[in-house]
Order: sequence, then structure tokens, then C-alpha cells
Amino acid sequence: MNKIERKLLAEYRYELRPVVKGYNRRTLYIDLGTKSIKEKPVSDLMIDKFVGGKGFDLYLMWHGVKDNTKWNDPENEICISFGPLCGNTNYPGSGKSIVTTISPLTGIPVDCNVGGHFGPYAKFSGFDAIELQGKADEEIIVCIDGDEGIIRIMTAPDEEINSHILAERLIEEFADNSEKHQFVSVVSAGRGADHCGISCLNFSFWDKRRKVARLKQAGRGGTGRVFRDKKIKALVVKYSGLKGDTNNPVDLDTLRETGLKLHREIEKGDAHQCHMRECGTAHLMEIMNDYDLLPIRNFKYGQMPEAIGLASWEFKKLFTQNMPDGCWYGCSLSCCKAVDDFIPRSGPYTGQKVCVDGPEYETAAGCGSNLCIWDPRDVVELNFYCDTYGIDTISFGTSVAFVMECYENGILDKDKTGGLDLTWGNADAAFEILHQMARGEGFGVIVGKGVRKMKEIFTREYGADPNFLHDIGMEAKGLEYSQYMSKESLAQQGGYTLALKGPQHDEAWLIFMDMVNNHIPTFEDKAEALHYFPMFRTWFGLQGLCKLPWNDIEPEDNAQTDEPAKVPEHVQNYVQIYRAITGKELDKYELIRQSERVYNFQKVFCLRMGKGRRIDDIPPYRAVGPVTEEEYISRAERYDKQLKEKIGIDPGGRSIDEKMTILRAYREDQYQQLIDAVYKRKGWTPEGVPTIEHLQSIGMDLPEVIEVIKKSL
Amino acid sequence: MKKYLKTHPDRCIGCHACESACSTLYFKEDNAAKSCIRITEAGAGFDMSVCNQCQACVAACPTQALTVNHQGVVMLNKSLCINCLMCVAACPTNSMQHYKDGLYPFKCIACGVCTKSCPVEAIVIVQE
Repeated sequence: MNKIERKLLAEYRYELRPVVKGYNRRTLYIDLGTKSIKEKPVSDLMIDKFVGGKGFDLYLMWHGVKDNTKWNDPENEICISFGPLCGNTNYPGSGKSIVTTISPLTGIPVDCNVGGHFGPYAKFSGFDAIELQGKADEEIIVCIDGDEGIIRIMTAPDEEINSHILAERLIEEFADNSEKHQFVSVVSAGRGADHCGISCLNFSFWDKRRKVARLKQAGRGGTGRVFRDKKIKALVVKYSGLKGDTNNPVDLDTLRETGLKLHREIEKGDAHQCHMRECGTAHLMEIMNDYDLLPIRNFKYGQMPEAIGLASWEFKKLFTQNMPDGCWYGCSLSCCKAVDDFIPRSGPYTGQKVCVDGPEYETAAGCGSNLCIWDPRDVVELNFYCDTYGIDTISFGTSVAFVMECYENGILDKDKTGGLDLTWGNADAAFEILHQMARGEGFGVIVGKGVRKMKEIFTREYGADPNFLHDIGMEAKGLEYSQYMSKESLAQQGGYTLALKGPQHDEAWLIFMDMVNNHIPTFEDKAEALHYFPMFRTWFGLQGLCKLPWNDIEPEDNAQTDEPAKVPEHVQNYVQIYRAITGKELDKYELIRQSERVYNFQKVFCLRMGKGRRIDDIPPYRAVGPVTEEEYISRAERYDKQLKEKIGIDPGGRSIDEKMTILRAYREDQYQQLIDAVYKRKGWTPEGVPTIEHLQSIGMDLPEVIEVIKKSL
Repeated sequence: MKKYLKTHPDRCIGCHACESACSTLYFKEDNAAKSCIRITEAGAGFDMSVCNQCQACVAACPTQALTVNHQGVVMLNKSLCINCLMCVAACPTNSMQHYKDGLYPFKCIACGVCTKSCPVEAIVIVQE
């Protein structure tokens, strides 16, 4: 292929310096409009209060945007940060980047935790975070050469922007030679992100064995749309100096021994625990189906016999086995499985062999069971096109499930969908919606706006009942739900809807603790869990770590510990590797406190941008209980029992409608009581606003934060 | 073809001469913690732990720093190794070694120097 002619628009040379104890002590700022590039120092305050990763992102964004900044305003930023532990090759799951921006779906900061090699390479190139602001007036790429210490902004006349091709071409272009592809990583979006809010960013890593660019997604909240609105085709980083001590840790030996202990645990335990090395997170499919938790037909049901077609063993047949499939070096959990030599049967790449990353559980459930698509190869095809087009598989699944239910109810028909037959299970229609998103035409563009905007459009244009759409539209704050049924777990209803960025399960996954094992029966128990776990999980985002090695592998004696749900030995591992890299003191309590400061800062940031109050924390009823009669009837025994035992009402002789009304009132009241308990535990007012006293007590009482609180109280 | 160091634990007398020979050649110091072969007491006799060139580590290495040479011996290319130690955990015979403060793992490359130091022929180089 001919070499692309690029014009150099700006160049900035910087001093190469070693990372010290996990930090560079500087960030990179680029104004894409003026093409100005500069370094910003990292202050002691930033490290003490915000730690790194998501903390740095939010701190930089707070000072970059205004109170009324919209997603497509020039001052909106895309921040990508890495955290002090990011890039170590010793402890599994240590290569994450955290991306934040003001989301086109929610209007508030969204944060995504993403693998791939970009984050560690960008960090070791010299920066603790990258801050992109402004809009370019022509298509550009930004290249960070961490070997030479040069940042370049160049024109990007590349015709192909879909990620699976663009990433590979840029790696070939910027690598010194074909033996050094692994030293280059690319961030890109795709054609779908040009037109759709439900978009993502792809972070690449070069797979030496497969000889392809693999893609990991910063999936939630529309990061890809903002990226393309700024006319960025790609970010490229090149760094070839990686070693096990590039973070310059203070105690390499402890770091290595702690990592080795976990490597050995995984080596011994994964094959009879979670099978992450064989199936990745798709191992959850049959487990969720068994427990009535797998979303089916837009979260109506959690279990169907047909779901056996999407069981993990079906995906295992497609995944290439016995490969070290870590998205960063040193991750022996190896969960990022791939389908090699997949041949799509639709769209622009029909008949071409491609490598598909995943499907992971969320994609298999969202693009499979939730749409009643039961052929795993169809799920793989949706996965492939979502990724390369820069579309979030989770929001895609939930949005298409929503329109399929609207179609089922006559709210949509072929006239309104441009001829698409949105019957449950119609994979061809789902493919076509996706291709329309990439082409920027037809009904696909409407679906690409996400569930919240579709609810408005269908009410306004088609006279749909807004209350029904509100009940079945699985979004909160504007973000689509990820793929777990929360109807029978009050704690998980809170875990989803109280999540700051919108209903994603990365703050809390409490279904087994709550629904299956009944370990948190009272409101206070649930509130404590909804305090601890979101704080603990926030910590991964501060450090540049992955959550999975925390509890998708457990020590053999974990069940005998005081608090098995917390996996105490692994918590102690994190304390040790933090100390070993940074040299700073930490215990399991201060770990939570580090998170609590940033978590509350993000909460105040949401309030500053006009969201984050109690009214924004209300779930659609589909997430809480049965919306339709068929849902009630399908689990009538369960619901009738609850009426009798929990509410004290005899279900005998009552109509379904009557029973549904009583159950709804009860469940919605339970949810409100839960919120009261959680807000209290978190140190917030009944309106969901952090109190000044609480912010003072955790050390997040910066003047700019208190100013927002005073306006919000 | 596979060339490897075959052990006969029933003959071992626990003199540790093999460890001295190995670490002296490899690291220029007499230090059992830096030997590719490890001799440990096991009841009345001794366990002998050394690489049998099974290649499990080759499959585990994320950077392809471990490769098999024409004699069937697994070799480490330090320029590609990023020191993750996944190979150490993956080794079924605990024969991929590492030591405190050392970045790189290390292993037996069937050079045979230890065999010359063994007074009882408990270790021999074989080719299969």
C-alpha cells in the first residue's frame, strides 16, 4: 500500500526523563484548535488528593470546562490518564488507561477503564495524563514518540477510519520495522462514531502471535463521538524501552513476589474457578441464565432455554485456545480472548477474514440474549462491527433491545424503521442498524442516539406513551444499562442507578451477595456494601489497574476469611504493590479514603454540570420489577409469594393488574428507602448532595468544590 | 530433537557441586540461589529440580522472548523479556528461576557444565 502523505502541523520536543516511583510529575496538554502543545506540572496537591488515573483526569477536566460545557463545545476535553501503578509488568491487570470526557449521552463526566498498550506506553513516554482540548479544523493524528521525546500533530488524509484497519496501518507506518510493531499503540474510533452518541474508543495492542492489532474499548458514554467531533482520527504512541522496573519502584522485589504469588494462584486456580483463560468473561453466560439474571428481550426475563445456545462452551469453540491473551504484559489471567479468521456475512468486510476481540460477557448478553439472537457467530459479527465502527456493544445491545420491544408493541413498524423488521432475534436487522450507523443514514442513526433520545423522539413523532417508554427504556442519566438483571436484587438496583456516570456495573456488582446469598439483608447492610464496593472499585481507576484479577480469581482459602466478598488477601496485595511502587504508606482504610475523595469530587462535578441529584438516581421500572403482564405471569409464583410474605397481601382473587400495582408501589418504596440509607452512609443529604462536613472529613474540601456545594444545598 | 539435563535423584548425595558449577558459570559467583539446578532435601534423599525443556514457558511468554533452538533447548532472549515472571509460574517443574533484585528469569540451557562436577553421575545430558 502507498505511504500516506502527511503534513506536519505542529511539533513539540520534550525532555525524556525516567518515571520515578510511578509518576512522571507532568501531564501533556494539547489544544487541537490552535495546535499548541505544552507540559503541565503535577503538583503535590494533585497526587495527595487525586492520586492519578481517573483522579487526574477529573481534576484536569474540572479546570478545563465551564459549568455549561456541552459535549461538542470546543472546551470539552478528552483526558486519558494512567495512574502510578499502571505499566508495571509484574502484577496481573496493570495496563489500564482511564478516559474521561463530558458525555454526549449524559452531559456529565463519563469515565472508562480500558486495556491495550497505549496507556503504559504513553506513561513511559513521559506523561501522567494527556489532556486534549479544542477542535481541529481538519482531520489529524497526534503522535507521541516516547523514544525520541517528540509530539507531532499531522494531517490525516487516511480514507479508512474503521479501527481494525486504521490501527494496523498506523502501527505499520510508525513502527521502526516489522519486528517492532509491538512498540506502537493506537487510539481510534470508526465510522459509527462520526454519527452516533453510543460510541467508543479502541485502544490497540499488537498481538505478536496473531500478527494483528487487537482492540480494547473505552466503551461507555460516547467517548468516540467526542473524539471524532474534534476531528481526531487517531492518537499514536511509540515506546520501546519497556522493562519490569520502568516505573522505578522503591521495592521491586516485593512487587515481583506479590505478582508471582498471583500468577501461581491463577495457574493453579483458574481452570476450576472462572475459566478466564479459556472463555474470558463469557464464562458467565450460563451462570447468569441459571440464576435468572441474563437479560433477555430488553431485560424482561433473566432465563430462557434457548440461552444455552450462547453458553460459554459455544464461545470457547470459537476462541483460539492456549494463547497468552493479556491486554497488557504480565497479565496471566489472559481473559481477552479472540476469534481468529472470522468471516463476516454482512457489511463492507463481507467475506474477509478478520480477528475479533471477544465477545466478552457484556457483548454476548447485550448483542445476543437481550435481542434473542442465539447464534454465537451472529454475536461475534455484531461484536466485530461495533468495535471497528467505534460503537459501544453495551449501549448498542440495550438500544436495539429497546427498539425491538417498541416494534413488538406497535410503537414502531416498517414504515418508521425504513423497512427494517425488528422482530426479536432478527440478526440481519441488527446488522443493518449497525451498518446504517456507520453510513450515517436511516433508522440506525436514530438508534445511535441512545435510549433517552429515542424515548423523546418516539413520544414526539409517533405518539408513544411516554410512561411506558420510561418504564421499558433501560437507561438512567442518559446512559444505557449494562447487561445484568437487577429486578430481584434491591442492592444491585442501587448499584446501577447510583453509579455516578450512569448504570454500569463497575461501581458495584452485588447480586450474589444480596439476592443469592442474602448476606446484606437490611437497608444498612446494603448501604454499607454500596459504600464500600464503589469506593474499592474506584481505586482501580486511580491506579491504572483492572478489576478482574481482584475477584475473578480467589485464593483457595478465601471462603474461610472474615469477609470473602472483599477477597482480603488480594486487597492486601494491592496495598503492597502500591507501597512497593510509590514508596508511600497505605493500608486498606486509606485505600478507601483515596477513592472517597475522588468519588465525591466526581459527584460534585456532576452537580456542577447540572445532574447528580436524587431525581437522577431513579431507575426505569423494568430494572426494579415486572412492567408488563407477561413478565408478571412468567414469574407469578415468585411475585405472588412476595405479595403474601413481604407485603402481607393475599394474592388470591386479585387481577394481575391489581397485583402488579401493589408490587410496584412496594418495590419503588423499597428503592426510595434504600437511597435514603445509602445517601446517609455516603455522607450526602437526602437530595444526594455531599455535605460540607463530610467533604471536610475526607479531605476533599477544596474551595472550588465547596463553592459548588453551597450552590447545590 | 530435545536436548536436556536428565536427573537421577536416587544417585544424588546432596553435595551441591552442580549448583556451584552452574551459578559460577552463569553469574560468576558460587550461590545456590543463582543456580539453574536446585537440590533440596526430601526425606532420606534429595529432589533435583531442573528444566526438562517441556516448553510450557514458551507458550506462556507474552513477548515471545522464550524460543526453542535447533537442539530443542528453550532459550531466553533478554532483549525481548519484560520481566513479568509469568514463565516462572507456568513452569510445571518449578525450574524457571529468578532471584532477589534480578530482573530476568533464568533457566537450564543444557550446557552440561554441572555434569562434569557431579561425582556420582546423578545428572547427564541426553538427546531424544
